Amino acid sequence: MNRTVYLDNAATSWPKPSSTIEAMVEFNRSIGANPGRSGHARSVDAGRTLIDAREAVAGLFGASNMLGVIFTKNVTEALNIVISGLLNDGGHAVTTSMEHNSVMRPLNAARARGADFSVAPCSRRGELDPRDIASIIMPDTRLIVMTHASNVTGTIMPVAEVASIARERGIPLCVDAAQTAGVIPIDVGAMDIGFLAFTGHKSLFGPQGTGGLVLGKGYERMIEPLMYGGTGSRSEFEVQPDFLPDKFESGTPNTIGIAGLGAGIAFIGQTGMDAIRTHEKKLTARLLDGLGSIEGVRIYGPCDPERQTAVVSLTLQGMSSSELALALDEDYGIMARSGLHCAPSAHRTIGTFPEGTLRLSPGYFTTREDIEHTVEAIAALAVRKKSGAKT
Amino acid sequence: MSAAEYCVILFDSVSSTLLAEKFLKKAAILHKVIPVPRHISSDCGVCIRFSPDLRDRVEQALTGSVEFREICTL
Repeated sequence: MNRTVYLDNAATSWPKPSSTIEAMVEFNRSIGANPGRSGHARSVDAGRTLIDAREAVAGLFGASNMLGVIFTKNVTEALNIVISGLLNDGGHAVTTSMEHNSVMRPLNAARARGADFSVAPCSRRGELDPRDIASIIMPDTRLIVMTHASNVTGTIMPVAEVASIARERGIPLCVDAAQTAGVIPIDVGAMDIGFLAFTGHKSLFGPQGTGGLVLGKGYERMIEPLMYGGTGSRSEFEVQPDFLPDKFESGTPNTIGIAGLGAGIAFIGQTGMDAIRTHEKKLTARLLDGLGSIEGVRIYGPCDPERQTAVVSLTLQGMSSSELALALDEDYGIMARSGLHCAPSAHRTIGTFPEGTLRLSPGYFTTREDIEHTVEAIAALAVRKKSGAKT
Repeated sequence: MSAAEYCVILFDSVSSTLLAEKFLKKAAILHKVIPVPRHISSDCGVCIRFSPDLRDRVEQALTGSVEFREICTL
């Protein structure tokens, strides 16, 4: 079996546009210097690489100030900056039961330091009723933090509705856009999102090791950095500068990765986010349709391409998710992720804890043939399991 | 640029400097990004040099868009 099908785009998108790879090669070949630490030509060019990427990120998310775009190594780091920053000395946060451990673990760490948080329950399809957020807000709630779409079921969350609750109550909202940035429009200005955490290596078509935080105006004053150090600015002072982006960007950044991220975002602009989303919706629809008719397959989540990202979670009767993933990989060259997807709370919500599910996540470069091959493979495994079980 | 005289505009950070560069390019104002002259600041970063006769245009291009620390004539 020479054919391979990569269906793990919700973890890391692959392949990348060739422009992403070329931008990284070009940075290393022709620039390669430390951004903003020296005044020479290539150091300035490295700095331009960063500011161009900030401009691209700000443009993509409707942020008016590109200096409020902070680069981090991934969305997890961005979420930690916000959660640890706002709950460093107590207080209360509100979240949903569909969160990834990138939210749940920092919240639990904050709880161990004296803060607390409440979790709005979601339906078995992973859907949130925004009123369940409103009802758990307390007088000392300092933060509402939630995912824009579940990494387990793809369920798209009512972020705009929660944003209006947050605005009414005067509580900062932090959105985890790991699964949506680049594929579902986000406008931080129009939606009044104070903290938008994103990652570069999924639907933004950047490399691993890139991500960031988009800060609304004035929100930087609410939080302290996770890390302190050299910024190339105000070097005569031994305390951290308070201006953006330097306050939150200590040490030499991943400029080569950010060069790739900038090219990835440019690819979205050239291709059109609509075209990307439309293609992914078609693939999701075909997966839902094809898998839905296989005996023994159970699909989780909204089962509606309009209400989910390109993520389909399933179980096959009589086979664990890890056995299924192994059989798909070994026998059919299909790469997918099994287990709990770092989101035990989400799996509890949909009723698949601790067994987990098999998650199929197509991407923009996935083809209709890839999906047909996958549906046929799972159908064949279902038959094999059924006949095997009889013997 | 008149002999031995030019202006430099200083910013808080390299990011601000390079953001300002974007606005100056857009306004087609001749400039150059240079290391901050050691005798005006101990910062290790960069600043933007331009001809003194462009001072008003530079200020106009950046006001409301990029905060700057000061403009020095050297």
